[in-house]
Amino acid sequence: MKKDNTIISFLNNNETRAIAFQVITLLIIAFVFYSGIDNLIANIEAREIHTGFAFLSNRAGFDINESMIAYTPEHSNLRVFYVGLINTLVVAVVGIVFATIIGLIIGIARLSNNWLISKLAGGYIELFRNIPILIQILFWYNIALITLPSPRGSFNFFDSVFINKRGIYVPEPVSEPGFAWVLIAFVLGIILTVFMRRHFKKKHDETGIHTRTIGYTIGLVLGLPLVVFLLLGSPMHLDYPSLKGFNFQGGKTFSPEFLALTFSLSVYTATYIAEAIRSGIEAVDKGQKEAAAALGLTQAQSLKLVVLPQALRVAIPPTINQYLNLTKNSSLATAIGYPELMAAFGGTVLNQVGQAVEILGMTMAVYLVISLCISLLLNIVNKKMSIKGR
Amino acid sequence: MKQLVKFSVASVLALSAFAVQAGTLQDVQANGSVKCGVSKGLAGFSAADSSGTWTGIDVDVCRAVAAATLGDATAVTFVPLTAKERFTALQSGEIDMLSRNTTWTITRDASLGLNFAGVNYYDGQGFMVKASLGIDTAYDLGGAAVCIQAGTTTELNLADWAKSNGIEYTSVVSDTNAQTTANYDAGRCDVLTTDASGLYSQRTATNDPSEHVVLPEIISKEPLGPVVRQGDDQWFNIVRWSLNAMITAEEIGVTSATVDVVSNNPERERLMGRSGNTHEYVGLSSDWTYNIIAQVGNYAESFERNIGLSTPIGIARGVNALWTNGGILYSAPFR
Repeated sequence: MKKDNTIISFLNNNETRAIAFQVITLLIIAFVFYSGIDNLIANIEAREIHTGFAFLSNRAGFDINESMIAYTPEHSNLRVFYVGLINTLVVAVVGIVFATIIGLIIGIARLSNNWLISKLAGGYIELFRNIPILIQILFWYNIALITLPSPRGSFNFFDSVFINKRGIYVPEPVSEPGFAWVLIAFVLGIILTVFMRRHFKKKHDETGIHTRTIGYTIGLVLGLPLVVFLLLGSPMHLDYPSLKGFNFQGGKTFSPEFLALTFSLSVYTATYIAEAIRSGIEAVDKGQKEAAAALGLTQAQSLKLVVLPQALRVAIPPTINQYLNLTKNSSLATAIGYPELMAAFGGTVLNQVGQAVEILGMTMAVYLVISLCISLLLNIVNKKMSIKGR
Repeated sequence: MKQLVKFSVASVLALSAFAVQAGTLQDVQANGSVKCGVSKGLAGFSAADSSGTWTGIDVDVCRAVAAATLGDATAVTFVPLTAKERFTALQSGEIDMLSRNTTWTITRDASLGLNFAGVNYYDGQGFMVKASLGIDTAYDLGGAAVCIQAGTTTELNLADWAKSNGIEYTSVVSDTNAQTTANYDAGRCDVLTTDASGLYSQRTATNDPSEHVVLPEIISKEPLGPVVRQGDDQWFNIVRWSLNAMITAEEIGVTSATVDVVSNNPERERLMGRSGNTHEYVGLSSDWTYNIIAQVGNYAESFERNIGLSTPIGIARGVNALWTNGGILYSAPFR
């Protein structure tokens, strides 16, 4: 009798129950995963679908029109993976830079006292935020193809920049021997700038005399390399695009696919960034600015030292989230044929090789890793920006 | 706790049901329709009209299989697929068969867990350019931008051909026939390349078909045919012999109008299921071939109705004529 009671009370114990339910949940999750994978393997074996990663070293055999690294159809499928990965990163970086710039301008414009500017910024946000990104990509791409002229009728800017249906052609700088010195001067300039600033900061701390460093910075970072460049006799020339046969050859080409994709992603993501920045600035209490003014800080100092640090604390996390979204949305490029990871590797290679599990697994892993890296960055920034208890 | 038990039982059932592989014929008969993967729109091969009715020679293969297995050529659920989606859709069981201008290659046949059930159109890759370019041979295409559909043998053939002939080109790749044609039409590229039949078909989809010329070079072999999953031999036989029935019917001279005519030709009577028991070998009723020919017609009827010279696509029989008429179309005998 007494023993039964112990068992019942053991079963009624909250802690035991909690553990029991957790164990059961874990077992169910493990079972679901196991069954799924087992089922997958059984089906693949039953249909004699070829498996493994040997395909990565096989000749790809198809052309890719845009690649930052050397690529021909003779290269392997693994090379296609790298080409796609780099193209994805290029779109992500370019998109993030432009989205941030546009978002910053629109976000500040939204808070402007000027009625027209503020309403225009508001209209921009409402328009571009509420149209699905895929439709925007297709819209800009097809608009570009319909409205731009053919290569022979290109828009010509000073015989060096050409715009037509096939893309934007610009002169490409080609370095000559000796150009490395210019780069070295540039790096040296940055290092010297750091020391210079440290020196003036120390001076400020010791004597209270403030020195404007912007002139020295420009001189060191831009002036020094320029002087070296001129002294060495301009060791660089421009490769101009020119019409040969069907198309322009030479120079650097930005394809309509790349332009439509980065443009749409930037314009779309900028709306969210603008809102993040607006909310950040609005979150700073008015009293803070007034207090700064009362302490005798100038308008610029108050913005730099009081308002922005607090505004950024609110604005940065959602902004970085948008960077993450932009990177993932870049996979929509597959709709217009820009050869980023999903289109080139997760699409074309998958179709030529047919090993969906391996290829999509690799593709997903890449997006996961990129996203985790951005999240990690977010956490670091958050930690740095958080209010420090004193 | 009861809820939890229910849930785990349900999930076990769901997952194990997932793992069971029924015969495709039984599935089709239970569903009352054949799920057939077709293109997203390639006039003459598989395209839906304004009322949503699918037509084309690839569609007719789906209809023949439906007529054979269900006695009703309209009992087909069409699943439009891009070139990139097609094999995954078939492998995963989303469709029962694929009849989507798909080239038979050893890689696809032997490594994807699929089987090609025959050839319903012998094709080859060609090029189409705007007449205003004034080009009359593909060997003058050096430096051109070429529009291609992603994930096709076309992409690979072009790279091989360009390499062996020392021709440089820029590729412009899109996912669907429609976007590829739209890109070409808009002038994104100079050349459109795909199977020659596809060029004739896509030419009808451009703004002014007379402004485009198909160049004479054919750079590859593209035998197009229906595909099924590997491991279901009965279904494989049904698809293969449904297509063969259409070809044999043309050879013997049976059309949809003359199916009911009883003759003293033993081969014809065997084909129409009025003698012999070949239907038992494929597991269908004795009128399966009769239904195909009565409802879909023989190969020549399907060809002329969809892509023949009297249609806007206007393709001559050429190599797709019967072996007895100078072509290479040939069916194993019904015996």
